[in-house]
Amino acid sequence: MSDPRLAIIEKRFEKVGKIIAVSSGKGGVGKSMVATSLALSLKEKGYNVGLLDLDFTSPATHVILGVEGLYPEEEYGIIPPVAHGLKYMSITYYSLDEPVPLRGVDVSNAIIELLAITRWEQLDYLIIDMPPGISDATLDTIRLIPEIEFLIITIPSKVAFQSVRRLLILLKNLKMPIKGVIENMVMKQSKYIKDEVDRLNLTYVGGINYDENLEATLGNVEKLSVTEFYNSVTEMIPYIE
Amino acid sequence: MTRVSPYTECKLQVTSINIYYIKSPMHEWALAEGVISTATGFAEENNLKEVTEVVVMIGELQQVEHDVLEFAFQQLKTPLFKNAEFILKSQPAKFKCRNCGNEWSFKAQGLTEDISEAIHFVPEMAHVYIKCTQCESPDFEVTEGRGVWLATITGVKKDE
Repeated sequence: MSDPRLAIIEKRFEKVGKIIAVSSGKGGVGKSMVATSLALSLKEKGYNVGLLDLDFTSPATHVILGVEGLYPEEEYGIIPPVAHGLKYMSITYYSLDEPVPLRGVDVSNAIIELLAITRWEQLDYLIIDMPPGISDATLDTIRLIPEIEFLIITIPSKVAFQSVRRLLILLKNLKMPIKGVIENMVMKQSKYIKDEVDRLNLTYVGGINYDENLEATLGNVEKLSVTEFYNSVTEMIPYIE
Repeated sequence: MTRVSPYTECKLQVTSINIYYIKSPMHEWALAEGVISTATGFAEENNLKEVTEVVVMIGELQQVEHDVLEFAFQQLKTPLFKNAEFILKSQPAKFKCRNCGNEWSFKAQGLTEDISEAIHFVPEMAHVYIKCTQCESPDFEVTEGRGVWLATITGVKKDE
């Protein structure tokens, strides 16, 4: 018995330029905000961009984008709908806002299914909003998505960085390309995270100040795009290109 | 969210000639591509010059339309599969509750069209919409009949 889906996943990414997984060892560090802002900012620069939300249990990008009433078209697979100029794929098209109680093997199966049937076609960038941690989704993206690169998000907390460090070490051991580490929600200047990232011989992309106005922008991309947070993400694009 | 069969024939009246075309194929096409690609890889690895039979198991949970899949195979097949017979076998979907041990069978009847379609695209959505018939837990295992699997491939070996 053989799973026929595995044979076509690579083909689904044939016309995709760069694939960047926005990841962290910890939840609640702003992965979804960074991933969404990064995707929108790259699109503003003229690139053809896709955004894939792989956080099945806690999807958030649809809330940030204010996506409502979209549904993938079915044509030789499924075609991601366009939201604010991004080809956008999320499990919420199918789960709506219901809880998605999946065990590891089910997460894997759902990821494989989505990767096998989603037709991204021509893209300069595909940004993936990853679930936190180093379990199924991380291992599956490493296993299945060709030439994936990682952009890691942390917050200044030493506790959070302990988990982030484990993710970084795992990725380094697996020889996965790491674009760098972004320090999000900075409230006071400290060299702790930068020093730790330097010690791992990785790129410290920069810090993003805590932006108290961000919450009020949820669901409104125009408001998001004029925040200090968004500007900081935009300034980091040279590290991504 | 209405699914349209690729077999739906749409008739256009052009002077006195009737033109038939097939509407855009559905997501079964993607699964068929996977089957053809996997079978091709298997044939290459095993030095087959011709594939004569491909047996595909279709789990009931995903509610794949057999005629659509069969149509896709015929459209996608390469010369390697010129004389191949594609045999599609259904496998009933069965669940076992991890919470109370209850076992039960999947029934598509009674699901709304939206839920049915969600499970069709991503069978794991069953855990969102289906509960254990005894204790109502969503923590169950799909023990059989989840999706599309390649069961066996039969072919003729190249001359040594």
